[in-house]
This record gives sequence, structure tokens and C-alpha cells, in this order.
Amino acid sequence: MSSNHASPMLDSKIPSGNLKDAWTNHKFNLPLINPANRRKFKILVVGTGLAGSSAAATLAEMGYEVQTFCIQDSPRRAHSIAAQGGINAAKNYKGDGDSVHRLFYDTVKGGDYRAREHNVHRLAEVSVDIIDQCVAQGVPFAREYGGLLDTRSFGGAQVSRTFYARGQTGQQLLLGAYSALMRQVSAGKVHVKTRCEMVDVVNVDGVARGIITRDLVTGAFERHSGDAVLLCTGGYGNAFYLSTNAKTCNVTAAWRAHKRGAFFANPCYTQIHPTCIPVSGDYQSKLTLMSESLRNDGRVWVPETKGDKRLPSTIPESERDYYLERRYPSFGNLVPRDVASRNAKSVCDEGRGVGPTGLSVYLDFADAIARDGRSTIEARYGNLFQMYQRITGEDPYSEPMRIFPAVHYTMGGLWVDYNLESTLPGLFVLGEANFSDHGSNRLGASALMQGLADGYYVAPATVTAHLAGRKLERIPTSHDAFGEAEASSRARFDKLLNVNGSRSVDQMHRALGQLNWDNCGMARTKEGLEKALKQVVQLREEFWGDVKVLGDGRSLNQALEHAGRVADFMEFSELMMRDALVREESCGGHFREEHQTEDGEAKRDDDKFCHVTAWEHKGKDQPHQQHNEALSFENVKLTTRSYK
Amino acid sequence: MGGHSDEILHLTLNIWRQSGADDPGEFETHTIDASPSMSFLEMLDVVNENLQEDGREAVAFDHDCREGICGMCSLVINGKPHGPESETTTCQLHMRSFSDGDVIWIEPFRAKAFPVLRDLIIDRSPLDRIIQAGGFVSINTGAPQDANAIPIAKENADLAMDAAACIGCGACVAACPNAAAMLFTAAKVSQLALLPQGEPEREGRVIGMVEQMETEGFGHCTNHYDCMAACPKGISTDNIARMNREYLRASVLSR
Repeated sequence: MSSNHASPMLDSKIPSGNLKDAWTNHKFNLPLINPANRRKFKILVVGTGLAGSSAAATLAEMGYEVQTFCIQDSPRRAHSIAAQGGINAAKNYKGDGDSVHRLFYDTVKGGDYRAREHNVHRLAEVSVDIIDQCVAQGVPFAREYGGLLDTRSFGGAQVSRTFYARGQTGQQLLLGAYSALMRQVSAGKVHVKTRCEMVDVVNVDGVARGIITRDLVTGAFERHSGDAVLLCTGGYGNAFYLSTNAKTCNVTAAWRAHKRGAFFANPCYTQIHPTCIPVSGDYQSKLTLMSESLRNDGRVWVPETKGDKRLPSTIPESERDYYLERRYPSFGNLVPRDVASRNAKSVCDEGRGVGPTGLSVYLDFADAIARDGRSTIEARYGNLFQMYQRITGEDPYSEPMRIFPAVHYTMGGLWVDYNLESTLPGLFVLGEANFSDHGSNRLGASALMQGLADGYYVAPATVTAHLAGRKLERIPTSHDAFGEAEASSRARFDKLLNVNGSRSVDQMHRALGQLNWDNCGMARTKEGLEKALKQVVQLREEFWGDVKVLGDGRSLNQALEHAGRVADFMEFSELMMRDALVREESCGGHFREEHQTEDGEAKRDDDKFCHVTAWEHKGKDQPHQQHNEALSFENVKLTTRSYK
Repeated sequence: MGGHSDEILHLTLNIWRQSGADDPGEFETHTIDASPSMSFLEMLDVVNENLQEDGREAVAFDHDCREGICGMCSLVINGKPHGPESETTTCQLHMRSFSDGDVIWIEPFRAKAFPVLRDLIIDRSPLDRIIQAGGFVSINTGAPQDANAIPIAKENADLAMDAAACIGCGACVAACPNAAAMLFTAAKVSQLALLPQGEPEREGRVIGMVEQMETEGFGHCTNHYDCMAACPKGISTDNIARMNREYLRASVLSR
């Protein structure tokens, strides 16, 4: 099981030849479709975040007929909008030694050598075009006084390659993609369906040919037939209940596709973000991220001694432990997310955590304010400081912020080949929903880059090749496969409504989240995972036996929507734990306590685990089958990631 | 300031319930004990848990990111869209803004153009259609010129960003006595009017978007400035003035 031997079912379709020319050559080799013929094809795009909106707009501009689906009331509200910090691009505008190769290298290394070299190189290449495209759309990136674009160094990068729009970069990029999408709606090329959830993928003779949706206002099930289906539905962080994700983020679309033939890759790779506002009470419904750009100026520390309850300002310098600066002198407070999070956990485990719960560490701006002045710090982080104050009621200008890690991003996702096509032909997966580019740890400001790279540049080329290369007959929605998919979806919702148990959906979701956080969170053990695997099966039984969903399925019913998503999280969590159990090494966001160095750093096992694990759904009550895709590194030397 | 974790607020809530667009709707009264460090929506989560415990359906309300940026949350709280705190969305409003014994009235955003779908949830799709009428730069994905080939004075870039900060929540409409969507529309017109990228479509954009605003049934601006007061992102009415100039200029040029 745990060897690097590759499964024949996973053909990554990585182009041969020189890495630097691979994407250009590959694009040249992909078949094209005559502009006049493109209107004959219909493409279904599920999810309208950065990946979905950019893909839908671009495919429509090319001439395809496109329909988008989102669960929010407008495509503009997808969770990409909440990304704060920025977007990486190898523009080297600062002349500080950046290049496509360096961005590629940093991303492969940052991902702890668990991503495909070719995918990452392509990402670094198109990063440059993304910035040009967004500026041309009118995205108001930050500028210098000379009128040129400003950049900053971000999340562990030693060059200044992150473009930003105040603390609202995700919002501005998404509104750019959304405006391109709205332009295509007015041109009649895109039909947008809002408040609508995909509940199944329709597999016709082994090819994805449509989806089943449920209208969240009327409860109506609808059948949509198309020539390609693009899932751009984000990550599964809400399996942990508390996360920085928006409340409706879910795994349902990906999980439904998985059950119809798309393999799920590396589900145990979850990113715990180090700079979040700590939990304040049992009623907590989500966690709020503070952009890690704060670590450029803030210093992380805890008291030297256990249980020191003095006010932070009264603790003398000599009795503070700036543990990141101490342990990682060359990167200091800018170590990557996984390293920063794990260190926060370990100082809290030692009893040196601060705040009422002891589960937080200080992020202190006193030195930066003394050095640069309050107004400079205010200009850089004003909106973040304001957000912190609003949530906690504490003033970060006069006392240090308190932060603690929280689930933020999921590197795992549906397995895709170099064309972003899943193991279910015709089903493409873009953005956070796929597994492709970040290995086991994503660097800051890389998610926006990937979502837009997939949507603006990769999928339009590869989806075209799928449409040109396969003989696709029109499939009417009266086809049996549509009937079966709709009937099974209806049955699932009816079943949820008919349990009539005693516990609310939210209560059961919280219980699942706690189980995942305790056993499959920042640190994992064989013992914990094995125990949790039994508990999650039991919890799932309790869910189907005791959940209480009131109301009906024929009108707007948020409890029912939530129940459907939690049901899928219950199934998905088992796979996440199983994946964490079989990966007997520590890498990136996956830290197995059994596999660490003497000084507590992650210990990879490249001999046995330099592969992607992709799981095949084998049917109800059957165990998943494991497949491996070997990763080869020809352009980057595998080293121990050191930030010391 | 601070946690006040032992403090409890005993509150009376009058919450709007409406089963659908055709139902006249009415207020329903509930009492709740809330912690000051809860967010307003977390307080409503607890109300909903209690309701479901009693076998009654939860109050439907829109929310998603719960960090003030997606624009999904709404609510008129004690007569004010997004509640009493300035530049704060409902999801970022915390119960420490209220006092023990308070009576709180919770209603949907009210405007003819925003029909109620259920309880506190409204249909804001008219805002998407206003953007469709011109709130974009007509550029296809491809290979535009290098980003730094379009230098933009920092002052204009900053003003464009100020306008672009709009989250499209619709509070400006709910606050306006005429239910006008002027601030929303002006924010997008302004952003693009301030940037060279917006120049080629300048006239068509403002005319198209203003016409769509009227088609959707939004009212006219009569300078009350309630929109700016309610805006959780502090979008300035200077943008309305700029849109009016753009509109006048476009009207003259197009004739």
C-alpha cells in the first residue's frame, strides 16, 4: 500500500520534454474548435468564485454556451471574495531577483515536494498574464506614487511578488471576474442560476454529461445536460465546523462527483492558518482570519514561563519568547503557514498560551509602531486592526493581538490530470476543489493565483480539447441516467426530512467538527485516527437516526440545505481520516506525531510517500480503493524544508 | 472593553416572519439570553437552535462569510440597515453593542425592487442586472499589455479602490427613503470613470446602468445621504456626484 508504485488508472498526461516549454507545446498540440462551431457546445460551470467566474466568462467569450450555478444570491458572493492578502506573480517589478523559475521553485518547496512539477511551473508561467488581465479589467491594485503597481513580500517569500488591493484582494479579483461574467450575461452567452445547489453529476456511459440541481428557493430539482461539467466549488474546510470558510462552503459537489467516478486525492492535506482570531465561546459559528501580511510587521511571542497571566505590556522583554524568531532566525515571523501553526500549537501545549482559554499567542505591533509610526501601520493594516477590534473588543494599537491557528484551506481535492480533467471524463475540476498545485502546504497568495490560472488560462484550452476530441452526442435530459440521478437526489432529501430525530443539524455538524479537529487537525496519530474512524462511522449512524430537520422540501429551507451538506461531510470525513492514517510521514499540513525529527520538525519519507494518494469510491458500504500517482522531481532537488 | 464573558444580556427580539412573497408577514416575539461577545448572527443561531428544539422552523436569514465582505447578510435592526454601528455589516456586529433589557426589532431590507423570499431573505438580483448593463470593461481574456504599461496616479487608484470596496449588500437601498440604488450604481460607475481602462465605454456605461436602475423599480436620489450613513464600507456620496456628472456629460455627448 504505502509504496510509490503508480496506479495505471491515474494518467497524469504530463507533457514530455523540457519543463519550460511544456505548457506552450501542450497547448499547441491540443485540438481547437472553429469559432463558428463553438456555439454548438454547452458547458456547465458549478461555483462562481475566482475559478468558476473566470472560466465561465472566458469560455463564453470564446463562443461556447455557458450556464453557471451558485448557491449564493449572486455570483459575486463566492468565498474567494474573502481572500485578503494578495496574489503572487513572477513579474519581478521590484527587481529583487524574482522569476518564473523562482516562483515555481518556491511553490514546489513550500508544498513540501508533494505537488507535480509541471502543474506548478505552468501556474508560475501564467501568473504574469493574470496580473495583466486583471489590470486591464480595471481591478484597482495598490499603486506606488509613480503610478506603477505596488507589491509586497508575503507569507514566507523572500522576494516581493505579491500584488494586492488593500486587504481586499480576493474581493477585487472576484469582482473583476464577476464583471467579465456579467458582460457575457448581457451578451446572452452565459445564463446564470443563483440560489441553486448541484446535488449530483450525471454520468452517461462513463462521461460527465450533466448535473442535477436543487433550487434553494422553490426546492425544485432540475436536470441540466451539457458537453462538459466544470466543478469550481472550493474546499472542504467546513468538515471541521469551525474554519475561516464561509458558512455555506461545502464538499457536496465534489463528493457527489466522487461517488460518480471522480477520484479524491490527498484529502488529509488541510491547511491550518496561523493568524486567526481565537475562539471566544461555545456559540462560535466561524473563525476569522487576519491576513498573514500582519506577520511582516507583527512579532509573535508567548511568555517565557508557563501560566504567566500578567498583562502583556507588563511582561519585560527578557521574559518573552519570540519563538519563531528564536527557532527560525532566517525566516523569523515569516515562516510558512504550517510551520507557524504547529509552533503555536506546541507553545500552547506547553502551557504558555495566553488569553482566557490559554489557546492563543500574541502578535505584537509595538515595535513596528515605535519604528514606523502609528500612521504607517494604520495605512498598512488599518482595516484588519479595525476588524480585530470589532470582533474582540480589544484595541490592537495599544495591546498585542491574540491569534490562534484555524482551518483555512484544503490542498486536497478531486484528482485531476494536467488538463484539470478528473477520472470521470468530461468533468473538469478547478481551483481549490482540485488537488493539483499546492502539494501538502499552500503558500500565501497562491490560491488566488491558482483559481484564476485554472479559470482564465488552463481550462479554456483543455476543455476545448475535450469538446474537439470526443464525439459528444446531445444527451436529452429524459435519458435514464438523468432520471436515476434525480430520483436518488430526491430520495436523499426526503430521507433527511423523514428522520424526525432530536438533534439539530448544527449540533451534529459541531460534533463532527470537533472529532476532525481533535484527531485530524494540526497533529495526527495512528491511535487517534483509528479511534476517530470508528467514532465517525458511529456519528454518521446517529445522524441518519436522530437528526431533526423541520419544514418541507418544497420551499426555502436552510436547515434542509445544511443537512444535505453535513451528510456529505460525514462520509467525506471518514476518507480524510483514512488518508491521514495511510500517509505514514509528516509533510506540509499533514503532521503525524510519529514522524518528526528530534527538534519537532516534520519528517518526510520520500522513499515511500513521494506520491499522490487518490481514492476510488467502490460503491455503498464498500471500502475505498487506494491508487497512487508517483511524483517525480527532475528540476527541483528534494531537500528537507528548512526555514532556520 | 474586553470579553465580559460572565455578563449576560436579557433581550426581547421582534423578528419578521413571512412564509413567502405572497404572505403579508408579521413580527414574532422571542426572548433570549446573549453573551456580549457573540456576533449578532450567532445570537440568531441560538434563537434558531431554541426554535428547532421546540419543533418550530428556524428563522431564515441570509449570511455566508460572516466576516463582512461577501455582502450576503442584510437585516434592518432597530430601523437601521446592518444595525447601530457605523461601517459594520450585520455579521460583524457584536452583542456588546446592545444593553441588558434591550428590545430589538429585526426586519428584512425593505424596497419594492427587493421582494421578500422568506422571513428575512430578499431577492437582490436587480443589483446583478445593473452591473450587466455596463459595470465592466469590455476586454476578453487573452494577452493584454503589461500591467505597468497603464500607469495610474495613486490618488485616482485610491479613489477607485474606495468606490470598488462596495460589497453589493443593498443597505443603501434599504436606507434610502426613495429606495434608490444610486450609491450602489455610482460606486461602480465611479470606479471605472476614475481609471483609464473605463474610458472607452464611459458614456454607454453610465447611461445603461442608470436606465437599468430605473427599469428595476428603484427610486430617485433626493440627497438624503442615508445611504452613506448605512453603507458598511463607507462608500461616499461623492460617487453619486461623480455619477451625476458622468451622466450629464454622457447625455450631452450622445446628442
